[in-house]
Amino acid sequence: MEQLAQQLFNALQWGSYYALIALGYSMVYSILMLFNFAHGDVFMVATYIGYFVAVGLLGLASLSLLPLSNVAVFVLTLILTMFLASFVGIGVELVAYRPLRDAPRASAAITGLMVGIFMETAVLAALGASRKDFPLLIPPITFTIGPVHVTNLKLLTLAMAFGLMFLLHLFISRTKIGMAMRAMSFDYAVVPLMGIPMNTIIVFTFALGSALAGAAGILFGMAYPVLDPYMGVLIGWKAFVAAILGGRGSIFGAVVGGFLLGFIEILVAATLPSTMRDLIAYSIVLLILTFRPYGLFGEEYSARLRL
Amino acid sequence: MPLLEIKHLTHWFGGLRAVHDFNLKLEPGEIRGLIGPNGAGKTTVFNLVTGFYKPTEGRIIFMGKDITGKRPHEIARMGIGRTFQNLRLWTHLTALDNIKVAFYSQIRYGLVGAFFNTRARREEEERIDHEARNLMKMLGIDQYANWVVSGLPYGIQRKVEIARALATKPRLLLLDEPTAGMSPAEMRETMDFILFIREKFNLTIWLIEHKMKFVMGLCEWIQVLNFGETIAEGPPKEIQRHPEVIKAYLGEMVEL
Repeated sequence: MEQLAQQLFNALQWGSYYALIALGYSMVYSILMLFNFAHGDVFMVATYIGYFVAVGLLGLASLSLLPLSNVAVFVLTLILTMFLASFVGIGVELVAYRPLRDAPRASAAITGLMVGIFMETAVLAALGASRKDFPLLIPPITFTIGPVHVTNLKLLTLAMAFGLMFLLHLFISRTKIGMAMRAMSFDYAVVPLMGIPMNTIIVFTFALGSALAGAAGILFGMAYPVLDPYMGVLIGWKAFVAAILGGRGSIFGAVVGGFLLGFIEILVAATLPSTMRDLIAYSIVLLILTFRPYGLFGEEYSARLRL
Repeated sequence: MPLLEIKHLTHWFGGLRAVHDFNLKLEPGEIRGLIGPNGAGKTTVFNLVTGFYKPTEGRIIFMGKDITGKRPHEIARMGIGRTFQNLRLWTHLTALDNIKVAFYSQIRYGLVGAFFNTRARREEEERIDHEARNLMKMLGIDQYANWVVSGLPYGIQRKVEIARALATKPRLLLLDEPTAGMSPAEMRETMDFILFIREKFNLTIWLIEHKMKFVMGLCEWIQVLNFGETIAEGPPKEIQRHPEVIKAYLGEMVEL
């Protein structure tokens, strides 16, 4: 029982990573019906950006050029990284997807895979094979609540994930661009007739998804500080599975799918030998999808037409 | 000055010439008809004018400005509205919300306003709500404001789609088969409705139709397309007797 409570926090932590990344997949899918397979690598590049920003800020702080506390460095790193990561996403959209807007979706998806490989190898070429260690921005503190031990980093991850999701919810439900995103997700073609510039909305969608991946990258980097150019592959695929599990294109589904995947993985790992974790965990996911092929909150999109 | 002028419009889809040398001069206030058998290229012409396709050749001039190759949202903002043959509403939203989306270009509040729900935002939202409801009232569909579109009768959905187009304040309204799927009684009502909105909103209307009775009764001037070519053009009486048109329309003419 104590074991279970302990694992609950691990599940929530991994669920936060998955959910934040899965949102990027779902948002893009909801408006373009396109799986952005480069998204895992956007997460990777964003984590590297976060690394350089954090190291740079810490360097400035240590030279006493900027009087920054560690917490201030963390906050600035987070904001700057999210901002810069959004341009990575925008770049992928401009270079890889926009020229293929009218091409078959499969071509665009394959292009995404190639852009992903490009980013992995470009980072490898630029930085060499040596691994980077994400700096320790926030000294770990362990809280003990009854029998359960929780680090401040786990709590921070969880708080950040929910905070960002709440902001995303506000953005989508209240802003003009959010409204256009919702309209596009239901019928893509008629949106420009309302005087809405479609490309602007698409750019914003990529930017938002990538900024969230950037936040996930910082939080992930602080917990698992060893960065390498292929770190985005597996976590990207898993977040993609989470997005599918939640329901293609469903924002709420991506969040639920992310946390559900975190729970399934951690609970399997807690009860079975760790080598069997993904085998069992993804068998469970497969089983869920057998009964709910459109995911938990997905709809049948058969009615959605293009011009 | 004509409201819309099209010169030598030609469009190819790969090796298929969908529209060839299409010309038009549309005067303000006119109701113009575009007819022709299935696959004649009528909807393609609308898609070219509204910027969904970029023409292979030719010029499109709206209110004296060349709009050839402009993007759909720019053209919409300049004052060309449109409806679709198979309704393209956001069917799971309410009728009112469908219309409100069309006020997009008029929204002025920014991120801060949206996140903190400032007074400016509330006032603006209220104004848009008020305007959208007013528009629905004018069109006699205000009692359906809070209905989800998919639950509305077909004829009302058509009116909601037209209301949505009107909310963008167009000068020119393109209607693609406004009576598709309608009974004769509904068709007659739609004729009156179109005349009414022309008066009320000071519109010029260009419509595609299949039902001859409808086009003949409503339009002052009709153009006939077949295989992308303009085969006839003139007032309804002439078109009705035109041998080329009768040939192209053989099956359907008998029916009427």
